[in-house]
Amino acid sequence: MSDTRSAAAIVERCQALYDDLDFNAVRQWKASAPGRKAIGYMPIYVPRELVHAAGMLPVGILGGGDQLEVIQGDAYYQSYICRIPRSTIELGLTGRLDCLDGMLFPSICDVIRNLSGMWQILFKDKYVRYFDVPQNYEDAIGGTFYTHELEVLRDDLGRLRGAPVTDDELNASIGVYNENRAAVRALYAYRSEKPWQAPTSEVYLVLRAGMVLPPEEHTALVREYIAAADSTPRPKRDNARIVMTGSFCEQPPLGLIKSIEMAGCYIVDDDLLLVTRWLQADVPADGDPLVELSRAFLHHSAATAARYDQKREDKGVFLLKQVKTRGAEGVIFAAPSFCDPALLERPMLQDVMAKHKVPYTAFKYAENTGQMAPIREQAGTFADSIKLWSAA
Amino acid sequence: MTATAPMPASLKKPQVVKEDAMWLQKELINRNYHELATAREAGRKVSATFVPGNLNELLMCFDFARSLPETNALQNGLRKKSGRLIMDAERDGQSEDVCTYVKADLGMMMGGEIGPTGEVLPRPDILLLSYTGCFTFMKWFELIRHKYGCETVMLHVPYQGDGKIAPNMRDYVVKQLKDTVIPTLERISGVKFDIDRLRQYMRESQKAEDDLVAVLQSAKNRPSPIDGYFGAVYYIGPIFTAFRGMPEATQYYRVLRQEIEQRVREGKGPVTPDGDMGEEKYRLVVEGPPNWTSFRDFWKMFYDEGAVVVSSTYAKVGGLYDFGFRHDADRPLESLAEYCLGCYTNLNLPSRIDMICRYIDEYQADGLLINSIKSCNSFSAGQLLILREVERRTGKPAAFIETDLVDPRYFSAANVKNRLESYFQMVNQKRAAAAAGSVPPTLAAAAAALPPEGAEFAPRGGPSAGSVPPTLAAAAAALPPEGAEFAPRGGPSARTR
Repeated sequence: MSDTRSAAAIVERCQALYDDLDFNAVRQWKASAPGRKAIGYMPIYVPRELVHAAGMLPVGILGGGDQLEVIQGDAYYQSYICRIPRSTIELGLTGRLDCLDGMLFPSICDVIRNLSGMWQILFKDKYVRYFDVPQNYEDAIGGTFYTHELEVLRDDLGRLRGAPVTDDELNASIGVYNENRAAVRALYAYRSEKPWQAPTSEVYLVLRAGMVLPPEEHTALVREYIAAADSTPRPKRDNARIVMTGSFCEQPPLGLIKSIEMAGCYIVDDDLLLVTRWLQADVPADGDPLVELSRAFLHHSAATAARYDQKREDKGVFLLKQVKTRGAEGVIFAAPSFCDPALLERPMLQDVMAKHKVPYTAFKYAENTGQMAPIREQAGTFADSIKLWSAA
Repeated sequence: MTATAPMPASLKKPQVVKEDAMWLQKELINRNYHELATAREAGRKVSATFVPGNLNELLMCFDFARSLPETNALQNGLRKKSGRLIMDAERDGQSEDVCTYVKADLGMMMGGEIGPTGEVLPRPDILLLSYTGCFTFMKWFELIRHKYGCETVMLHVPYQGDGKIAPNMRDYVVKQLKDTVIPTLERISGVKFDIDRLRQYMRESQKAEDDLVAVLQSAKNRPSPIDGYFGAVYYIGPIFTAFRGMPEATQYYRVLRQEIEQRVREGKGPVTPDGDMGEEKYRLVVEGPPNWTSFRDFWKMFYDEGAVVVSSTYAKVGGLYDFGFRHDADRPLESLAEYCLGCYTNLNLPSRIDMICRYIDEYQADGLLINSIKSCNSFSAGQLLILREVERRTGKPAAFIETDLVDPRYFSAANVKNRLESYFQMVNQKRAAAAAGSVPPTLAAAAAALPPEGAEFAPRGGPSAGSVPPTLAAAAAALPPEGAEFAPRGGPSARTR
């Protein structure tokens, strides 16, 4: 077909979206019809279905990356606090987030939690909600609490648009996101199967596009990328297959992902942009939507440091499953500096990996890390050692 | 102090002056450590839980000996033992970036669980994870469980993101208490839950709470008879830890209140480690926990200058009693839920700012000092905005210093002292200007002022609060301290396995 884009063209489009710190895609979406609204959300997870069902655009806000000069944001934070809140504040104070009509701050850590209060003070004309999620996974306990939290959000969004959000609208949106999740699962499966055809530096950008595009458009984009990537053979290298973990909030710079790949690693699974894969199974789209979203959260969520493991034996099971199902040969623990959840979780996960004889290495980064040589050296040494061990 | 609570002579050390109540507090804490150390031979099960959302009355219903890991860490900090424990934990794989309470506790457990008093503490039978106002709590007990196999029971306390306790939040906590926490505690302890026993403890708690509030609010007097930060950490010790609900705590607070009321009648200021404080020159409100490793030196920097802390947010970390909360025996579980939900660090930032402004007004304070703690994101993230907002709303100067809880590497005495002295000068200037009928912009106001668009800032990696040096808000006791090594921001750390 003449209008079929190459993988490179798709990635170029995604790169442009990634580079655009003014969120012009969001502005254009809003401008294309009167009365449209957009709601920002921070990592790790919010039920985007509710925002979509209200006719609004959910927009993932992931800090400023390595291209944003943080000037005002630094005045709000001490040196020992991670980078994502300061660059997010910078985005807000410089007007880049004016296109958002509200912000959701999920329960992930104390820094993002407190940022919700800062947002209430600094941006008084915006809708701001701290979105709490249960750490009790019983339907009758945590489920009841969470369903109520969903109800509050649904009512708030209904008020914001001037009409209640109906069950039918919600079920339709659940269907839309089921399709998106299926496409993302297919993308991850494809990358794991042929990582040389779909390098993570590209997969990440394709996934990241979903932070600013409507889900229907993003689903089509993901499918298109898989087809395009598969149509042109690329050289297969003797790289080590690794899972990258710990990067679920503040994002590593794209250069870091590229450096790991250039150093001889195929990233075959990760916890980047986990909102796209948080619910691990389809959500029934024909029931009580809030109850179904609650059940999905309680029983089919991904595991991450911000989520309580009820039993000691649960620790590391999710990561180990990623390693086993993807045929990974090692784990790279890549956590942002000063990220309490990731850094406190890390020793436990490392212990589980050690017990299962999964090799690992670890480093820290910031979203604006510029020096890649040490990371390339470390990842390269790690990849070499995996190859040596596996040959032994 | 009356004869009802005589001090053990052995505890009285002439070189340090303390109120009788402070000595008694120390005795209570030490006694609890002894009870913990002998729990096994006494046939008692051992619980561990955190200070914010501490359900002491409930744990007592099951006859647990009660350990509080934060208290263990701070006691080790006060006794200059925490530095080594932290480094032991870091050698065992903990990041240099994370909470030093956690690392001090893990280091203590790794080192044979020798408690602050030198006695070996037993491994807890149950970790009651009161997940209240601090994300790190969850990881802390997961780490202990992972390493030592202790069973954990979660009590998830939702955050007051909207600045209020919604019925859904309270119901959620109550349900967890009924369906998860209490059955687990029954199973572990072998003791059946008796709600009337809980009620009795809560009635006892309420008496102590009334007296504690009277003590804390005595600081509204001039001079203040107490220090509401350095002194208050002694006063809150029993009620925030293993003693609330016990007759001993009730007695302690009754005696303490009498002692303080006597000081008011006599027009006396606080008792400091060097004796009665001299003239009260400055009245401050403090936000943030204290530094424990140099606690006395830190306090001395205040009282040497005639500065008294009239109120502090840290003294509310285990309950906002001064704003009216009391344990209510008529609705015990609901009341426990509200207690957990209402702890200071579970408040959103606007509520924290309201509270500080109210303190400045009601206690006639000269200004706000923020002691920003490297370890504690729950307290620290957002404090620079708190500073700015409090200054804007009250017109009172604010200052910002940085230390840590129990990591001695992050206490730079010279920097802290310099900043405090500058701050006191600023308060003087502001007073002089007010007396002269004009109020020029203070250094603190400049410090707090956030930059206009396009303003230049100190680069990252420089002193934190890194906004507007040479002001107080910036870089007060800038990290890193002398000799401490830090991974550079923006670059990967060297830790690898």
